[in-house]
Amino acid sequence: MSSDHPVRYRGAETGSGGPVQREASVTALHRPAISVSGLSKTYASGFQALKNVDLEIRRGEIFALLGPNGAGKTTLISIICGIVNASEGTVLAEGYDVVKDYRTARSIIGLVPQELTNNAFETVHSVVSFSRGLFGKPPNPAHIEKVLRDLTLWDKREAQMMMLSGGMKRRVLIAKALSHEPRILFLDEPTAGVDVELRREMWDVVRSLRANGVTIILTTHYIEEAEEMADRVGVISNGEIILVEEKSALMDKLGSKELVLQLPEPLEAVPAPLRHHGLELAAEGYELVYTYDTQSEGTGIPELLRDMDQAGIEFRDLRTKQSSLEDIFVNLVRNRP
Amino acid sequence: MNIHGVRAIYVSEMARTGRTLLQSVVSPVLSTSLYFVVFGAAIGSRITEVEGVSYGAFIVPGLVMLMLLTQSVSNASFAIYFPKFTGTIYELLSAPISHFEIVLGFVGAAATKSLLIGVIILITAGFFVPLQIAHPVWMVVFLVLTAFTFSLLGFIIGIWADGFEKLQFVPLLIITPLAFLGGTFYSVDMLPPFWQTVTLFNPVVYLISGFRWSFYGIADVSLAASVGMIALFLVACLAVVSWIFRTGYKLKA
Ligand SMILES: Nc1ncnc2c1ncn2[C@@H]1O[C@H](COP(=O)(O)OP(=O)(O)OP(=O)(O)O)[C@@H](O)[C@H]1O
Ligand SMILES: [Mg+2]
Repeated sequence: MSSDHPVRYRGAETGSGGPVQREASVTALHRPAISVSGLSKTYASGFQALKNVDLEIRRGEIFALLGPNGAGKTTLISIICGIVNASEGTVLAEGYDVVKDYRTARSIIGLVPQELTNNAFETVHSVVSFSRGLFGKPPNPAHIEKVLRDLTLWDKREAQMMMLSGGMKRRVLIAKALSHEPRILFLDEPTAGVDVELRREMWDVVRSLRANGVTIILTTHYIEEAEEMADRVGVISNGEIILVEEKSALMDKLGSKELVLQLPEPLEAVPAPLRHHGLELAAEGYELVYTYDTQSEGTGIPELLRDMDQAGIEFRDLRTKQSSLEDIFVNLVRNRP
Repeated sequence: MNIHGVRAIYVSEMARTGRTLLQSVVSPVLSTSLYFVVFGAAIGSRITEVEGVSYGAFIVPGLVMLMLLTQSVSNASFAIYFPKFTGTIYELLSAPISHFEIVLGFVGAAATKSLLIGVIILITAGFFVPLQIAHPVWMVVFLVLTAFTFSLLGFIIGIWADGFEKLQFVPLLIITPLAFLGGTFYSVDMLPPFWQTVTLFNPVVYLISGFRWSFYGIADVSLAASVGMIALFLVACLAVVSWIFRTGYKLKA
């Protein structure tokens, strides 16, 4: 993924969104899959679930939206998909306003909701075909069959929904969303209550969708899940997006650790023999800070200590510090204007 | 126009009817037959004729209307309440389908179902009494308009209801009494003058009167009043439905 589409923050661009211009289809291809600007939501109860959210999802990426319970993940997705009204702000799907141009916008979006909902008495095949029709697509038995087979539902196609296990029901919800061939797919906590096998199967489906150019947005509570699947990760907390980052960059931050060496005498600068270790001075020269990657082969610590010994630099004490996701969040929240 | 979407809703609603065929068709037919036995036979032995029509035949249009009203309301209200209750409504809200099309699918299916039942009841009635239909076209117009209008009303009730009690409240406590008091079993002329006036505030009187006129050419109120009343009701229901969708009332947070 290229990084030439920075996360859009408020004020940086359109603001409250004027009419969307229909540009030539060449530029249409470069529009972001989803672009959220200035989105706020206050529920009737008075609770503000989203606070001025700006977010841009690129075409064809897998975006993981990470956040604790009640952070606003489902609210955000529900607004994008048309299930909840926004209080303020606009959402564009491939450039189409999800309110003003709802037909076009919604026809390209598929949603797998967090809650398991179903029409108890209907068969798997009929509910999946229903979704395709509802989204305005002509019948295509071959496509329905493929979706059902990919999700190992084909043998259950004539089963009534109420006869399925929870995991099976979730597969059906995924099949419903895929039945109308969406270009953007939302998976709201797809792995909740799902066993290892289904999870693997689901990730296989997600990867093959991505290979076909489908943009995927999934929500999760688990950093590992984001790590496993996503190209980029967004973190939402208390209705605010507090971080959007390439997964690799995020993992680098998470994977790095600091070794702090406390010196008996302050140093003016990092001594020449130690320069190649990439050290930094801290605490007015009383501390040498060495940042290393816990995930790489060697940490470089033995070499550093040997070089220090040879250069005749002593230290009184040492400690190591892991930068956690939490640290990153805290810093982000604190550093925002 | 999302034709496939409307069709999907319509077909799936009709399939639901098919699954509950016994309940959907047998019970109204049974209760109509019971009305015939009880009212037609018991009262009919005392009142032999109303305005030149045998009592048994006289109550047929009223009975059909009674069933049409209650069936339309309960079919449509249940049809939209159910997805709200189970949560599958998310899909309707997230689909590229207009409000009008959603209503068309649901109300179309509910109206079709109650029309079917109406026709079945007419046929059943034919076994009990000789039927004559003086104005068949008007009869169909009244049937179709009433089925659609009250299916719309049912749709509104289904959206408004947040529990099964409310869902049953309106058909049971409002529609049925209005239909009973609306001249199903008697001619308005048979009431004392004061109650005749009161009755004219009951909208169902106009429906039954018009419908009965299409059979026997006799009416309590003028044809124009009957048609006007249905039209007024239809417009009112359409207005409420469009308001519901515009504001997302009880549908969207
Ligand atoms: N209809 C509603 N009315 C009032 N408050 C609501 C409503 N829906 C959600 N909320 C509140 O909005 C906040 C965000 O909810 P949301 O469902 O978006 O969180 P989430 O990030 O999806 O959480 P989870 O991980 O538990 O699914 C919560 O505090 C929730 O209580
Ligand atoms: Mg949620």
